[in-house]
Amino acid sequence: MGSEVNGADLGVSIGTLRLQNPVMTASGTFGYAKEFEPYVNLHRLGAVVVKGISLEPRAGNPPPRIIETSCGMLNAIGLENVGVDRFISEKMEALQAVTVPVVVNILGDTVEEYREIAERLADVEGVAAIEVNISCPNVKKGGVAFGTVPEMAAAVTAAVKKESTVPVIVKLSPNVTDVTIIARAVEDGGADAVSLINTLIGMAIDHRSRRPALANVIGGLSGPAIKPVALRMVYQVAQTVSIPVIGIGGIETAEDVLEFMLAGATAVQIGTANFVNPRASEEAVQGLARYVVDQKLVSIREMIGALILP
Amino acid sequence: MSQFQEKTQIIRFEQLSSDIVRLTLDSPDIASRATPGQFVMVKAGRGRDPLLRRPFSISQTSNNRHFQILFKVVGSGTSILAHYRVGEYLSVLGPLGNGYQVDCDGCNCLVGGGMGIAPLLFLGKWLARVCPENPLLVVIGARTAAELSPLVKDFEELGLRVHTATDDGSLGHHGFVIDVLKTINLGNSSRMHVCGPYPMMAAMYLFCKEKKLSCQVSMETHMACGMGACLGCIVPSRAGVYAHACTDGPVFDAKELVWEVK
Repeated sequence: MGSEVNGADLGVSIGTLRLQNPVMTASGTFGYAKEFEPYVNLHRLGAVVVKGISLEPRAGNPPPRIIETSCGMLNAIGLENVGVDRFISEKMEALQAVTVPVVVNILGDTVEEYREIAERLADVEGVAAIEVNISCPNVKKGGVAFGTVPEMAAAVTAAVKKESTVPVIVKLSPNVTDVTIIARAVEDGGADAVSLINTLIGMAIDHRSRRPALANVIGGLSGPAIKPVALRMVYQVAQTVSIPVIGIGGIETAEDVLEFMLAGATAVQIGTANFVNPRASEEAVQGLARYVVDQKLVSIREMIGALILP
Repeated sequence: MSQFQEKTQIIRFEQLSSDIVRLTLDSPDIASRATPGQFVMVKAGRGRDPLLRRPFSISQTSNNRHFQILFKVVGSGTSILAHYRVGEYLSVLGPLGNGYQVDCDGCNCLVGGGMGIAPLLFLGKWLARVCPENPLLVVIGARTAAELSPLVKDFEELGLRVHTATDDGSLGHHGFVIDVLKTINLGNSSRMHVCGPYPMMAAMYLFCKEKKLSCQVSMETHMACGMGACLGCIVPSRAGVYAHACTDGPVFDAKELVWEVK
């Protein structure tokens, strides 16, 4: 079975979705996968999550869009993407050649937009799961992010779930008072899994020019700097919901993956690290395989939630 | 497209001035495939701060085996890179992006400012080889003679006559490279290959538009990955709203971009 790497069983399940190993790539950090083909053997990954897709194409924010911060980076890309129709006609063919599951990340301004994207993706061959980005502002509710209000998060989840023929993963925003309340709301809304955390809202200022470093003024913080926050939230959510949790936030190495699994994650996504080391995801898989063999584990699944508390 | 992620050994370290450094790296894969105007992403240090790689134009290749990067120490990444020594290794991704379109018709002009001069040396060598019969004009500028002199020497070693300008008048014309260009009879088939600070490239765009000359510019932007994933490195373009410097560029026909001219 493909879940064995050097004799180590790394397979995990996200609802009905079987992954040969728990290492996925995070949306917006891995393009449409082909960008990474010179560096990574895509077939060795657990899954690939592609850049977030909206109903209509989006040009994104003006520059500068990114700025490095201590052990991390801020981005305000503004969800630049080709839109769902061009995604299906131009990007899917290459993705169908990827032998590991392809997860399509979707985003919208209204519940109806989310529903419509899910509907258009429903019959598309090669879409193994949908990941719903609920960190976007709800334009019909004064721009409050879907992911910050439990009822809105649940409504988006239910709308997507109704149209979808594949597992629905809801990607949670960390920019809330209590992430477990949102996690429970999307579980009740029918989510098959949750992934967290999306970026933490932050800001950088250039004191010399007295201007914000990003044209959008604020942006999303990612990278190693956010890993402790992500671990804490994954730990709390894993205690709260009974659906699988996918850990995201500052993950780069197999050791990072193991820490998130101990905190309760069934799988993980590697994000910003792809920019620095395009091979990070494949190297993490190799590291996990070595760990399973060295520790004489029957399966990597033994690590899920196996945290030893004081 | 062939791209590589490699540990490359530093085989030469040159301190060209108090804050300008040139590194020669050993990478047959990258050196043999690179074309002028392409760039590499270099990781400074092994730690997570600074986290991201830094983009550098390839300033020269030799023997299909070595390539050079040239930089001024301006921030955390470049100051770490300036402390590397011969024999140490750097993680490099490349060659990346699309370089200058080379055409042997008429006079080729290389117009550079500051560290933007780096890729023009590679281009100058390339043009001298593939278009040996064509005139090649070099006009480069920097803040001071200390910054500019070592780079002038590189072009002169190719047998090229170099026109210079400095902000402080310590070498060549006291002022901008475009002032120098205006004194030269360029004819109507000259092609401009430009790399430098934004205001200089914007001025070159207007200059070439007026004179109906071809103008290729190399754009420098904030960039996290260099390979089309982060979507951070945008430049305003006429065709779409934005083009991506890493995969659509970094070299563009100046006409394709939208310029903010002050």
